[in-house]
Amino acid sequence: MTALLTYCTNLFNNYEEVVAVILFSIGFCILLFSRNLIKKVVGLDIMDTGVFLLLASRGYIEGRSVPIIVDGVTSMENYINPIPAGLVLTGIVVSVSVSALMLSLTVRIYRTYRTLDVDALYMMMSVSKGGKR
Amino acid sequence: MLDKPKLDPEFSSIWTLWKNGQIDLTGSLRSPGHQDPASVKSVEKYRPRRDRSAFSHYVQKSNHLYNILATVLCVFFACLMLMTVANLPLYGDPNAPTVNEVAERYVEKGTEETGAVNTVAGMILDYRAFDTLGESFVLFTSVCAVTILMNLSSKRQHVKHTKESINYADDMIVRGVCRFLVPLIMVFGIYILLNGHLSPGGGFSGGAVLGAGLIIYAMVWGEEQASRIISARLIKTVVLCSLGFYCVAKSYSFFTGANHLHSIISPGTPGRILSAGLILPLNVAVGFVVCCTMYSFYMFFRRGKL
Repeated sequence: MTALLTYCTNLFNNYEEVVAVILFSIGFCILLFSRNLIKKVVGLDIMDTGVFLLLASRGYIEGRSVPIIVDGVTSMENYINPIPAGLVLTGIVVSVSVSALMLSLTVRIYRTYRTLDVDALYMMMSVSKGGKR
Repeated sequence: MLDKPKLDPEFSSIWTLWKNGQIDLTGSLRSPGHQDPASVKSVEKYRPRRDRSAFSHYVQKSNHLYNILATVLCVFFACLMLMTVANLPLYGDPNAPTVNEVAERYVEKGTEETGAVNTVAGMILDYRAFDTLGESFVLFTSVCAVTILMNLSSKRQHVKHTKESINYADDMIVRGVCRFLVPLIMVFGIYILLNGHLSPGGGFSGGAVLGAGLIIYAMVWGEEQASRIISARLIKTVVLCSLGFYCVAKSYSFFTGANHLHSIISPGTPGRILSAGLILPLNVAVGFVVCCTMYSFYMFFRRGKL
């Protein structure tokens, strides 16, 4: 019982990470349940956002400010952790590139099959295999 | 697979039939060679009821199974991640294991060694400059891939005339606001670029703002006008020069053992705009790459060519 209580307290204290997990789950659900290819790309982007929120919130330290040196004060006691910020920067760039690549593939699929529904696409691919080619 | 399905009468008639539910696909499912054996077996087992209702029944059943499995997977992952979060160190804890000697070194020695007041800029463009070079090349690679997939400049010109376009330049409000706003956005982007080592920002955010300004310009005054001013040749030259400059500026550390990333230029006085050695030119190079990448994405998706 106490273990469960500690668990809930920890979840309540780490509320930013909980929000990140919820965002990630929402994106994952969209990725799995949506039949539209563009909505799947949007779901993947929401998953990315959850990961970025988790990383950024891990870098925060209570009562400290951004890691920009002011007035020559270089003690670690005054600044938050700069490393997760750099990692999030990398992640955002990769996320943009992957979204652009997937959207252009989606455009090509739409130009060929005139639909974005994955079930219809699967049906059309099997029909075109058995039928003409 | 099919190049022009619209022009293929046989194929489109099959598709309309399937959409209206009049097509019997069990025959095609049963013919061997192009279906996975599981579905073939399941249809063959019910040979007496080889009609459309049996087939759609299986489709519905497999969809049902997929939904159940996907829900289980989602709930499993969410619970797993929540358990992990509950075991993480507290939010904002100064004694968390992530706040280790690496972060301390970056903050305490960063300004002295790189000359950048912004520790993050000093970190990503001096200590971890190769990482950022890789990021720039990720952007470049994705532009190449989008170019391969979306390029319409040589063939299939008819596609681009099919969509209707709104002429925003005739609208008085849009034109007036944008004439005022686009230069402001560009100046703000340049400010973020040049102050990357002094304030929050840097190459990536400044480049994104510059790219947004160019995209607004192309949106309002038309893609043809924009591509007359910012030609494909100019974009290629800028991107290649920026990436080449980045490579040359950072590759000398290969000859010094790849562990000694001191700039040739002296760090200067921290806080001045002309300080921090190579960080300012590298920020500008990264900013140009990001700006051209964003603009090319927009132009390829909108127009099919630069």
